[in-house]
Amino acid sequence: MAEIAPILTMKGITKRYGGVVALRDADLEIMPGRIHAVLGENGAGKSTLIKIMSGAVAPDEGQMTLAGSNVSFTSPAAANAAGIVCVFQELSLIPDLSVADNIVISGPPTRGGMIDRKAQRKIAEQALADAGATDVHPSALVKDLPLSRRQMVEIAKALARKPRVLILDEATSALTAADVQQVFSVIKRLRQEGTAIIYISHRMHEIAELADDCTVFRNGRKIATYKAGSKTDNEVVELMIGREYKNVFPPKGTGPHEGQAAIACKGLSWAGRLNDISLAIHPGEVIGLGGLDGQGQRELLLALFGVLRGVSGEITINGRPSAASDPSEARLPGFGMALIPEDRKTEGLMLPMSIADNLCFAALDRISSRGIIDRKVAEARIGEMIELLQIKVASADLPVSSLSGGNQQKVVIAKWLMNSPRIVLLNDPTRGIDVGTKQEIYLLLRKLAASGVAILFYSTDYDELIGCCDRVLVMYGGAIVRELAGDAITEHALVSSALNIGEAAHT
Amino acid sequence: MTSDTPVLERMMPRPLRRFDPAVVIAFCCIILLLLVGALYSSSFLSPTYLLQQLKVASFLGVIATGMMLVILLGQIDLSVPWVVTTGAMMACAAASFGPMGSALAIPFGILCGALIGLANGFATAYLRIPSMIITLATNAVAQGLMVVYTGGFSPQDSATPAMRWLATGELIPAVPNGVLVWIVVGTGAVFLFNRTTFGRSVYGIGNRERAAFLSGINTRRIVMLSFVISGALSAFGGVLLAGYASKAAQSMGDAYLLPAIAAVVLGGTHVLGGRGSYGGTVAGVILITLLQSILSVMQIEEAGRQLIFGAVIIIMLLMYGRQKAA
Amino acid sequence: MNEWRYWLAENKNTLIAVALFVFMFAIYASNHPAGFTPNVVQTAANKATLLAFVAMAQSLVIITAGIDLSVGMILVLANCLASWIVVGTAIETTFGIIAVLASGAFCGAVNGLIVIFGRLQPIVTTIATGAMFYGLALFLRPFPGGSVNETVADFMTSKALGFFPMSFVALAAVVLMVWVPYSRSVIGRAAYAAGSSEHAAYMSGMPVKMAKFTAYVLSGLLSAIGGLYLTFFSYTGEAAYASGNTYTLFSIAAVVLGGVSLMGGRGSAVGAIFGALAFRTIGDLLFVFDFDPLWQPLFQGVVLLLAVSISAFGLFRVRNKLEWF
Repeated sequence: MAEIAPILTMKGITKRYGGVVALRDADLEIMPGRIHAVLGENGAGKSTLIKIMSGAVAPDEGQMTLAGSNVSFTSPAAANAAGIVCVFQELSLIPDLSVADNIVISGPPTRGGMIDRKAQRKIAEQALADAGATDVHPSALVKDLPLSRRQMVEIAKALARKPRVLILDEATSALTAADVQQVFSVIKRLRQEGTAIIYISHRMHEIAELADDCTVFRNGRKIATYKAGSKTDNEVVELMIGREYKNVFPPKGTGPHEGQAAIACKGLSWAGRLNDISLAIHPGEVIGLGGLDGQGQRELLLALFGVLRGVSGEITINGRPSAASDPSEARLPGFGMALIPEDRKTEGLMLPMSIADNLCFAALDRISSRGIIDRKVAEARIGEMIELLQIKVASADLPVSSLSGGNQQKVVIAKWLMNSPRIVLLNDPTRGIDVGTKQEIYLLLRKLAASGVAILFYSTDYDELIGCCDRVLVMYGGAIVRELAGDAITEHALVSSALNIGEAAHT
Repeated sequence: MTSDTPVLERMMPRPLRRFDPAVVIAFCCIILLLLVGALYSSSFLSPTYLLQQLKVASFLGVIATGMMLVILLGQIDLSVPWVVTTGAMMACAAASFGPMGSALAIPFGILCGALIGLANGFATAYLRIPSMIITLATNAVAQGLMVVYTGGFSPQDSATPAMRWLATGELIPAVPNGVLVWIVVGTGAVFLFNRTTFGRSVYGIGNRERAAFLSGINTRRIVMLSFVISGALSAFGGVLLAGYASKAAQSMGDAYLLPAIAAVVLGGTHVLGGRGSYGGTVAGVILITLLQSILSVMQIEEAGRQLIFGAVIIIMLLMYGRQKAA
Repeated sequence: MNEWRYWLAENKNTLIAVALFVFMFAIYASNHPAGFTPNVVQTAANKATLLAFVAMAQSLVIITAGIDLSVGMILVLANCLASWIVVGTAIETTFGIIAVLASGAFCGAVNGLIVIFGRLQPIVTTIATGAMFYGLALFLRPFPGGSVNETVADFMTSKALGFFPMSFVALAAVVLMVWVPYSRSVIGRAAYAAGSSEHAAYMSGMPVKMAKFTAYVLSGLLSAIGGLYLTFFSYTGEAAYASGNTYTLFSIAAVVLGGVSLMGGRGSAVGAIFGALAFRTIGDLLFVFDFDPLWQPLFQGVVLLLAVSISAFGLFRVRNKLEWF
């Protein structure tokens, strides 16, 4: 095969935000017809790299070359026009427009100055078929679609632009296993057709399946580029975190858990999305919730926390029947519950407010008397929490938005620990977080469990469920279809029960 | 994230940097206005004139305090005009019911405002109707009620002596009581915002109500209470105004909506909520009062006053009230 | 069948507004002492058209998730300006009308520029510019007065073909010439996108700034058309502060009744027009049922209150409290 020239090269790209260097002197060569995986912890510079490529931010230094000519993009639109298209992690779809409107959004077909709806419809249908999302109707409004369908529309939208360089930034994080396979076959077909693909994911097995080349970033620098398959997973992780990687998970608790359950529910159902769920969590237990994304795990946590209305079934706390009617009730000593929500940016934190303020929000009554805040107590509790979770922070008065993703998540957890909860519900707390912080969170969960806290832990990461949980409840279609315990928690068992195969079929 | 105006902040001398730049600029503008006024007439810097201005400012100050609370939540209260008028009219109406009515005139006026605030708050917090819309609607209803009550004419009832004393009397010689009232209300507001769980919750809700709700804060009750307080303070402002003018008048509150919002926003409170300090609101109130006073002293007619007033607000906001670039 | 369902979902709000208007008008016409005659329709149409233009103006801005609290003042300003320059010969009148419309568009452009490039909040911006526009209007007409080319005025408020109100023809013409091309253009789609999710619209490379700017300019233009129509009815110009405020307030009420989402991204100007017609009809019901005019402000306030509260009923169906936010 003849020597192929790279389609996209980056040389000496540097980007600073204020005093912080997000990306330092980065070089990268992207070849047509190959899948290039970019790896690195959060804050390693991956997202800055992508933003520069896709025109969302401009680099401070360095040169970008596309198909031999120098380019610099002033906006995402300019990058799109040049053939670089990005499927963003945060969805870039417009909820109130239809699927077809969204797919052609950057350059709708026009006739006489007006948008040609028929032509638009055709383009959309083609793009959806290309992405393998034929179950999505082009006239449906995006806001009416579930998350996984929106992600597929997002991919279809990228395909409709006929990209020369396609960037997929955690594009599969919201997809079901079947969709992931669908997307993979699309990506492989594009590779055949000569498209250059940049693939970012935290899931090692996806990278193993897809990538031709890999580049690892760490602390804003490029660390290494290598042919896929030339390094073991362990070596790759070591490159990413720059230290030896072993024993991610702390040892599990010992012995069976007997006696009174800290929280239990019986026949819990809600709006057709939760069906007849029964479970019991004892003090000191870490219970995992598994299954494909969107099988009711999130709703189950919200139902226990009093966010949902019209929940039927019985919930008991310490053996007494009592259901929280509101989060403000769930946090009271009688319940002692805490919920680490799904999205820390919109549900867990007030980003512009200080770290100290954020830490106080779930425990305002513990730092005040008769509604008046006792500053000394508040300061002491804030200090304790920062120390306990080793939140890396120059001053607690800085806005929480100045922290890295991992440290932000620690603040969310810490603010609930300040309330000394006895039941902790976690909704995928490690999504999009670097390996180091993940490890700290696992340790913390174990520590909490050892002190008698009951933990219910939803995760999309099978390794976590295997490594962290005493028992795993696998959900499918709003019901618990299987319970795994101890050594029975294996990847094979998790995957097969998540797909609800091997047992009597539920629907 | 830390500031919308890094450029301005860097331009400022170091000792001032730890203050909110908006507050500093607002105070600088006050001084500038006084100097401009002094060039025009020497009486501008006399204590009598300044105290007179403070007295006028105190009415706006009381109303703007409630507005600030609501804006901090990320909401807005557009029912101010007719809540002010309702407070004034109802207090004066109570006064016509003999000595008992006179005694209860002030609390009754405030209560009426609080009730409208309760409607605003209930609709905003529990029915999730956008506050901008529901307050416009309650404003229209309050207007309708007052029109029916007065028959479309200015009411004949007049303010009670207590109301007049509260607005114009001088408990401390040379210091109008209105100013004292504002100091008391302001001190209460500062305490509420900075030292209570209620205040913390207000800032939290203003930043991200969803996160506040999931933190176990009873967000709906706090939003509703805030509107009640805002309504009560607007009505109280109306009571003071009625005491000052010794009677209530149709549309006496019209002149207070834009200045109240402008005072809060010029004082650096973020229009979308979550950020702002009471010191800024004080600066904004004084600034607006002085501006209005200077325009009228210069005998600029109404048309010109409206033009200049609008333009100054826009220009000042352009200087530092800008949102972050997308 | 399937297609039909999606179309219905997309236009549900507008259709509800149309139904509401038809219902209200049926009550109005069937109880009117004169019955359902062309004259009744014409009178009702002339009054409603004014509000319809302002509601259209408001809806364009609200679709982009903004708000224009200066529409009423632009209307008043256009009215005062028209009372000076829409007079004289046919050519003078024509130029006068063009100048009035241009000045309305200019006011809108000022709003747009401040909101987009000054990055100020639309609420505060348009309250302040509203004060300025009112100042200008007061400058033009310190006292009510002036005149208008009565031939044009009478024609524009007459009955076409002897029974159909001319004001509706004008309204339909504006919809066809302004709204239809706008809503189907790339700019119009960008306006919806900006209202629905500004960040996503920007990331998708849509002309967000241009769309918002266009919305404010068209809002100013449509408000000025409203002002022009006011002059055609009243033959004079008046810088009336209360009436400006009332138009702004009613425009929001009409937009809400017309099913335009105040959060942006949803609804249509056609819905807003029917919202305006319905709102006016409701106000007129008082006269039909012979109430004391003193009660009218209260009645309209209560209707407004009920109208905005209707949207709250959906809340009881919400079973996940997080959807409140």
